[in-house]
Amino acid sequence: MSTDLLVQPSATSPTRRVLGGLLRSREIAVFTVLVALILVTTVKNDGFLFSSTGFRDLLLTPCLLLILATGQTVVIITRNVDLSVGSTLGLSAYLTGRLFVDHPGLPIPVVFLAGMAFGAVLGLVNGVLVAWGKVPALVITLGTLYIYRGAFLTWAGSDRINASDLPRGFSRLGTQQLLGVPVLTIIALVVLAVVGYFLWTARAGRELYAIGSDPDAATLYGLRVSRRVLLAFVVSGALAGLAGVVYAARYGTVSSGAGYGIELQAVGAAVIGGVAIFGGSGTVWGAAIGAFLLVTINRALPILGISDFWQQAVVGALILAAVALDRLLTLRQERKLVEANDR
Amino acid sequence: MNETFQSASQGEAPILELEGVQKSFGAVRALRDGTLSVRPGSIHALIGENGAGKSTLVKIVAGVHRRDGGDLRFRGESVDFASTAESKAAGIAVIYQEPTLFPDLSVTENIFMGRQPLLSGRRIDRGAMHAEATSLFRRLGVDLDPRRLARGLSIADQQIIEIAKAISLDAALLIMDEPTAALSGVEVERLFQVARSLRDEGRGLVFISHRFDEVFALCDTVTVMRDGAYVATQALADTTVDALVAQMVGREVGELFPKTPAPVGDVVLSVEGLTSAGVFHDVSFEVRAGEIVGLAGLVGAGRSEIARAVFGVDSYDSGTVRLDGREVRRGDPRGAVRAGMALVPEDRRKQGLVVEGSVARNIASVIRRGLSTAGVLTGSAEDRASSPWAAKLQVKTNALDMPAATMSGGNQQKVVIAKWLATEPKLLIIDEPTRGIDVGTKSEVHRLLSDLAGQGMAIVMISSELPEVLGMADRVLVVCEGRISAELDRADATPEKVMLAATRRNDQEVHA
Repeated sequence: MSTDLLVQPSATSPTRRVLGGLLRSREIAVFTVLVALILVTTVKNDGFLFSSTGFRDLLLTPCLLLILATGQTVVIITRNVDLSVGSTLGLSAYLTGRLFVDHPGLPIPVVFLAGMAFGAVLGLVNGVLVAWGKVPALVITLGTLYIYRGAFLTWAGSDRINASDLPRGFSRLGTQQLLGVPVLTIIALVVLAVVGYFLWTARAGRELYAIGSDPDAATLYGLRVSRRVLLAFVVSGALAGLAGVVYAARYGTVSSGAGYGIELQAVGAAVIGGVAIFGGSGTVWGAAIGAFLLVTINRALPILGISDFWQQAVVGALILAAVALDRLLTLRQERKLVEANDR
Repeated sequence: MNETFQSASQGEAPILELEGVQKSFGAVRALRDGTLSVRPGSIHALIGENGAGKSTLVKIVAGVHRRDGGDLRFRGESVDFASTAESKAAGIAVIYQEPTLFPDLSVTENIFMGRQPLLSGRRIDRGAMHAEATSLFRRLGVDLDPRRLARGLSIADQQIIEIAKAISLDAALLIMDEPTAALSGVEVERLFQVARSLRDEGRGLVFISHRFDEVFALCDTVTVMRDGAYVATQALADTTVDALVAQMVGREVGELFPKTPAPVGDVVLSVEGLTSAGVFHDVSFEVRAGEIVGLAGLVGAGRSEIARAVFGVDSYDSGTVRLDGREVRRGDPRGAVRAGMALVPEDRRKQGLVVEGSVARNIASVIRRGLSTAGVLTGSAEDRASSPWAAKLQVKTNALDMPAATMSGGNQQKVVIAKWLATEPKLLIIDEPTRGIDVGTKSEVHRLLSDLAGQGMAIVMISSELPEVLGMADRVLVVCEGRISAELDRADATPEKVMLAATRRNDQEVHA
């Protein structure tokens, strides 16, 4: 049998690949929706974009969710989920306030690091339970969601942190801008860039995708599955801790309700941004755009004259649409592949 | 590629040596005497029946399982791999029967995961990685796009990626566990070319296959295993298919399986031209009252799938199933039960039992409609209905309200059988009736099946244990790659004939 008979061409041309990639890119689709939303809202009320506070708020409001969605994405990629981030955020925000109250004069970077380290420890607890407890992350982190929130209530009681408790330099971070961009947004974008770069170009980052894509294959492959999953939860916890510090800087007041329910928004942002809930695919860029879209919708709908109830429903519809779209694309792709293989 | 392989010759010391390796899973001794010696520059066939211990042996070498005893030496050194990462680092690559790829990642990433070429700052060098993948594919003679996702690749292309992975590892030993099971002729030939070139580089290869034509075409040496133990190693030039088959099956069919002859009655089940694309093709057979028909064949030949289609769990493309002359609708298991069919599935814990439920509830689960009064099913009604069956089958349990999960495998199997006998079926399909059951219970199950046939029940028995099929069945249908490749009467059915029919490629005729 001659060799050339054995060659079975199955490559696609680079042009088709790039074009197809762009057309299928969830990031671009969601970004288009986001831009359209901003345009429509601005047409209705040009203050939404073209006013000093309008532009600032557009960039500033999503930064909390952006940080959380980034961490959430790292976990979801490994076919897990972290529901405890809202409680972690609350605890960390309160810790930030307490540090300033109990140790006046503490340098601000130290407080940032403390918040992240604290969050990382809470994430470590989740990671250990998930990686070695062999219980689904959904259940584990649902448990720690309540435990962390309970610890928060016990610790804070009816006490709350007020803006007056925080040093001026810290509260100013909430409104300060650098070249017209809010500092907190810059922090969020730096986090996004670092995590995105890690996932794209570090071996450990790629292994997270492999683990989520097929955990059994990852084990057979010899990847250190438990350690990588642990890492993902630590990253998610640390970022939730960072989000807590940012929360304190942004709002100035921290009560025991801080961050309540935000974990589901983080999951929603990731799903809208194309992060597959069964792991293995999606990017933090998509999740970040998803977070932007979620927050911006909530701000834009009142301007467009849509009532509160419908705001929630629109978010829900968006998530369902995203999932339905994924399912549709997968089905179509599978059918095409089956046809190709039957040839 | 690697200098160390260049000097390989026939006389060189073995690269892999196993001696008396043992492995048990619970009470099951999967491997009693794993013995194998592979030379560099050789393609070594490892053959044996289902359950002979081949895959367990491979998984021990690969570091998936750890051995309980015996010697394992790789490149002359005693090794004990705790994980697949360790065996890989040592230079062993394994291609499993089912390819293990990451569907969401690119073909290139699948090859290099965990060992990607790095730039400064530990960044992955994607360009170098794709270039290396391309050159691997060129060497393998395949035109695969290294950037495409692994999702949706044909099994053949997935195997190629597994091989590329093994080559890029620069593995000194490559083990292939039934790599050709899902490949077409051209693809098999391509795989063989690659295997031969690896051999010529001085690597050691282990090739596990059920297809004798392939073993003879590709390999130089063969080791036969049976019942978890080593039987013999010989050069393929010095042996024949018949001799190998004799070594594989060489077991006495003892009195362990006492099927007593029963008067054969009318046709109960008649299956005609049953076809399900890609699963089984043109399957026709009849089963008469009082008869046990054995479905023999290799794991994955399509026996269970045929049974599931007959029972209506899975749908099929064409063909008819008739019970007592009346057609049974496809894809309608409830209808099949009403018509008088019963299916005891292969995996009793998952498909046959509600393991958390009580024994009584399990036995009564199919007939529960008939037991309930005004839609209410009481525990005492379940007990009443199930206790005669439990007694008849000698289910050893302290109380009928014990959860099924607490019982031994043998007793669980009896509960599943009792459940279906309670429906008083005309046809009983039983898939692997004695898998994982102790010897005592095994013969009880066999006696029971024999009695049932004596009472006029038609029985279809699927079994991977050749002695069981030969001892129990009045007629043996051998399934090979989704077709019935031979039909043998009890008198004609020898282990050799069944084994040959089970391993024939479908393009070869079998004259029984």
